[in-house]
Amino acid sequence: MNLMDSSHSNPMSLCSQADSQRTLYPYVTGTSVIGVKYKDGILMAADMGGSYGSTLRYKSVERMKPIGKHSLLGASGEISDFQEILHYLDELILYDNMWDDGNSLGPKEVHSYLTRVMYNRRNKFNPLWNSLVLGGVKNGQKYLGTVSMIGVHFEDNHVATGFGNHLARPILRDEWHEDLSFEDGVKLLEKCMRVLLYRDRSAVNKLQIAKITEEGVTISQPYSLKTFWGFSAFQNPTVGAEGSW
Amino acid sequence: MTKQQANWSPYDNNGGSCVAIAGADYCVIAADTRMSTGYNILTRDYSKICKLLFYESSLACTFVQLVVSRKCVMASSGFQADVRALQKHLAARHLIYQHQHNKQMSCPAMAQLLSNTLYYKRFFPYYSFNVLGGLDNEGKGCVFTYDAVGSYEKVGYSSQGSGSTLIMPFLDNQLKSPSPLLLPALDAVTPLSEPEAVDLVKTVFASATERDIYTVVHPFNTALSNFSLDVLQGDKLEIVILNASGIRREYMDLRKD
Repeated sequence: MNLMDSSHSNPMSLCSQADSQRTLYPYVTGTSVIGVKYKDGILMAADMGGSYGSTLRYKSVERMKPIGKHSLLGASGEISDFQEILHYLDELILYDNMWDDGNSLGPKEVHSYLTRVMYNRRNKFNPLWNSLVLGGVKNGQKYLGTVSMIGVHFEDNHVATGFGNHLARPILRDEWHEDLSFEDGVKLLEKCMRVLLYRDRSAVNKLQIAKITEEGVTISQPYSLKTFWGFSAFQNPTVGAEGSW
Repeated sequence: MTKQQANWSPYDNNGGSCVAIAGADYCVIAADTRMSTGYNILTRDYSKICKLLFYESSLACTFVQLVVSRKCVMASSGFQADVRALQKHLAARHLIYQHQHNKQMSCPAMAQLLSNTLYYKRFFPYYSFNVLGGLDNEGKGCVFTYDAVGSYEKVGYSSQGSGSTLIMPFLDNQLKSPSPLLLPALDAVTPLSEPEAVDLVKTVFASATERDIYTVVHPFNTALSNFSLDVLQGDKLEIVILNASGIRREYMDLRKD
């Protein structure tokens, strides 16, 4: 039987021998990334954890990187696939610079490129297992977009990946407004990251906040959030349960 | 060792509904602007129209509506990445056609192209449910409706997407389309006037929004102009009207929940 349909270029593509040639599941993963538009540009936050299943294997993973002059990329999901995406983008930016024509790729263009890359990998049943957040400013125009591992993409005033979609977006929908100041933006992101820290088991208390404006990219030094665990319910958790200890 | 089961799906349903109604000298195409996945809302405002007039081609395309030419508009719902890829594909083919033939594609021609494009991926389909609306060479409205693999027919009106089961019976009732089995064939184009058809579309979405969680339109402050969309957050209904004088776009607000 000869599988001649155009969607599977390699007839072996879905049987076990060829399985080692394509991504089946992620191994080292990063959790949520959140991004918001603010007065001067984009603010993005991500923690620095790289989990290996349920083990917290790496604690200093930088999941946000500047791309070219005008963009900032944050990624959740498989870290090695993120590194490969950075490699592709390196080449993209290099070729763009080599034109030496005074023009440079803006965030819209980089987002479009990433969308195409992710979608094409999904078409070949070998996805890059990431959810990406791409933010930037070019010529005064702010841009914040996201792409998922199957190529679903959109732009909005605030975006989040993974658990951030469930826990952070509702907060952002309620409290985000146009022209946030830098301080307010950071406070908002920290509020979201704190909720994620309490409720996402793969979150770690070591995060970075990145800012991109017309002037360029700044990624903060890693720091941790203050948390509160002094609830009376935690003091004596079994006080109400007879027979328990 | 048992065979590996895939733990990811190449498809997702990002929801949304679209409608098109053909009139004697106009065509109305509408779609909502909510993008969802499962029970989550991804964004309420996925709405940037892609214009392909003459040799101009802009980068951003709306989730559900693609203005392909002055003569036809495509509205699609389903899996957003596939919808967008399909839109880009058609836009590129239309541009090539314009270069080669020095004119825009007619609506029936685009209809056939869309069908062929969809069938080309018959064994790994575009998960895209389309409705193509426009004006034929005589200026009369025409609507074509599709399934995900390209089977299509010319109709007087149609709806696709998550709310189509709610919308279609209502349109059948209001537009009373003659049976396609009749001989001689009766014109399926509605005798309604353009404002009446636009009003019907708004009514239809208002109703669908009540009962379909994936179709939503959101109220925004009417004191602000229709086009200061960035300031506001919310779901909308986007309506495109094609007639002899050109293309017009309207936005409407409905419930946000």
